[in-house]
Amino acid sequence: MSVRERISAQLEVDLSKRGATGTTPVAPRARRRVSWGARTEIAVLVGPALVVFLGFVIFPVVMAAYYGFFSWQGYGPATDFVGFRNYVTILQDPTFQEALTHNGIIVVLSLVLQGPVAILLALLLNRKLTGQSLIRVLIFVPYVISEVVVGTGWSLMLQSNGAVNGMLDKLGLGALKQDWLSNPDIAIWTLMVIITWKYVGFAVILFLAGLQGIPEELPEAAAIDGASFWQIQRHITLPLLAPTLRIWAFLSIIGALQLFDLVYIIWGQYIASTAGTSTMATYLVANGRNAGNFGYGNAVAVVLFLISLIVALIYQRYVLRRDTEGAITGKGQSR
Amino acid sequence: MTVLLTPPTRTPAAALPPVTPQRRWGTPVAYIVAVVVVALMLAPVLFIIIGGFRTNAQITTDPSGFPSVWEFGNYLDVLSGGVFWRLVGNSLIAGLATTLGVVVLGLMASYVLARYSFRGRAALYAIFAAGLMFPMTVAITPLYLVVKNLGLMNSLGGVILPQIAFALPTTIIILVPFLRAIPDEIQEAAFIDGCSRLGFFWRMIVPLAMPGVITVGILAFIGSWNSYLLPLFILNNEAVFTLPLGVQSFASQYSVDTAKVLAFTSLSMIPALVFFALFERRIVGGLTGAVKG
Repeated sequence: MSVRERISAQLEVDLSKRGATGTTPVAPRARRRVSWGARTEIAVLVGPALVVFLGFVIFPVVMAAYYGFFSWQGYGPATDFVGFRNYVTILQDPTFQEALTHNGIIVVLSLVLQGPVAILLALLLNRKLTGQSLIRVLIFVPYVISEVVVGTGWSLMLQSNGAVNGMLDKLGLGALKQDWLSNPDIAIWTLMVIITWKYVGFAVILFLAGLQGIPEELPEAAAIDGASFWQIQRHITLPLLAPTLRIWAFLSIIGALQLFDLVYIIWGQYIASTAGTSTMATYLVANGRNAGNFGYGNAVAVVLFLISLIVALIYQRYVLRRDTEGAITGKGQSR
Repeated sequence: MTVLLTPPTRTPAAALPPVTPQRRWGTPVAYIVAVVVVALMLAPVLFIIIGGFRTNAQITTDPSGFPSVWEFGNYLDVLSGGVFWRLVGNSLIAGLATTLGVVVLGLMASYVLARYSFRGRAALYAIFAAGLMFPMTVAITPLYLVVKNLGLMNSLGGVILPQIAFALPTTIIILVPFLRAIPDEIQEAAFIDGCSRLGFFWRMIVPLAMPGVITVGILAFIGSWNSYLLPLFILNNEAVFTLPLGVQSFASQYSVDTAKVLAFTSLSMIPALVFFALFERRIVGGLTGAVKG
């Protein structure tokens, strides 16, 4: 846009503003004026959002991909181009492989643990229960509490001299006492318990919303035909709930791949390979910023992103395709 | 007018049809399961809250017990000290500024995307929607550098701006269908009455979009209130710490004083819980609505 154009556009805005209370434009000249005005309006309205979005989301993402090819400590311009060496190091690093394995375990176990529990709870709660809304709110409480509070509270409870072991002692189950946090074989299970506790409420709420979208007539008709409660759930409710289940599974998988806060708060001070547990994202922060290797950290970010992207695309291609196309990315929305 | 206030594309929990008819034989089972689950959900929360009413000696001798003598000193200490209130203040500033920014910028952009037709609109929408694919984790290191180069390190502005940017995709995806659902007749009537497009935006769109705006605003506020990774990178100075950072630093600083850490942690839960209790329907409706797309 030339300076003159910009000035004239500005003038048009002023004119159209002044004309706002006047009559609607009719003449061809006026129509062109509106189009210019509209263009400026578009720029003024979208501009700020676009600048902020490009500056703080797209630019950093692009830079992450760029810095990933450098060995760079974060000071001055990145000059030490190393090609794909960062990526080779990442993929060969046993610590990263371990973190990746943890992510895989978390993905699978999140689905396996939360899914059935949440479906069962949603089915049980999807009926006239006095205090149903209170139960719903209380189940949702862990989801609302911040990860830091959850992490701090659970690590205090799970310390070797903490409340969980104390409770086991009291119940006469002292033999089951464990070092819940630092033993890596147990830590991943501990993490799964905490994750299930924190996020199952979200699944329940989601499923309840899905269940309540199912027309009442269908289960009613089945009941009249003599179907039992569980038969109705198995053959009518669950199939109709499937789209909600598929979207929940997608969110759960992506969330599990990018899990950071909880793990970093509870185990951030541990060295992953010897104690506690880790994920790709905590590996990113520990080996990127905390170690001062910004180039390397960015390469980890790219790997993390690509893995999420590939999983997301495969999932969309093979699982979500049955539902509204592209519902997740919003690309298929009524446009 | 009142009819228009409900977006046709999604049904908040409030407007859901009545639940399926009761089956008497199932109810006691449902109650038992519900009570057990609620107990499991609340136990850790109650442990944190009740633990704050005990002394360290009590906690050491019996880590899972009730307070033998209720000790209020921990809570009073935290509440009378300045640290907790400063953290709440910082979190409140960051949360409110993020919410305001997201709502203003998101509404303006969504208005254009929903109601103007121009070349490149689809591409513009796709760019914003693509933002959903980039979690903050991926961009965190360069984001830290951008903020550093802008001189916003250790200031709440350095947290607020990126938070606005990362909340925009969800906001736009929720608001665009909402604004598009406003009937053209209203717009035409307004234009015939001599309203400009911008005038229409202020006088009609903003009030009509209020339910969507509230949902979006709540999501942005909660996201900011709980956010941890970004403040961890940007804020290194205790004076500008937000609540999550403060809780963590308090927990490591006073790691021997377990009772006080528990009191501090449970107090920091309260604002989120109150907020949730107030807006429960909107939050749940917003989440399920956003997810259903």
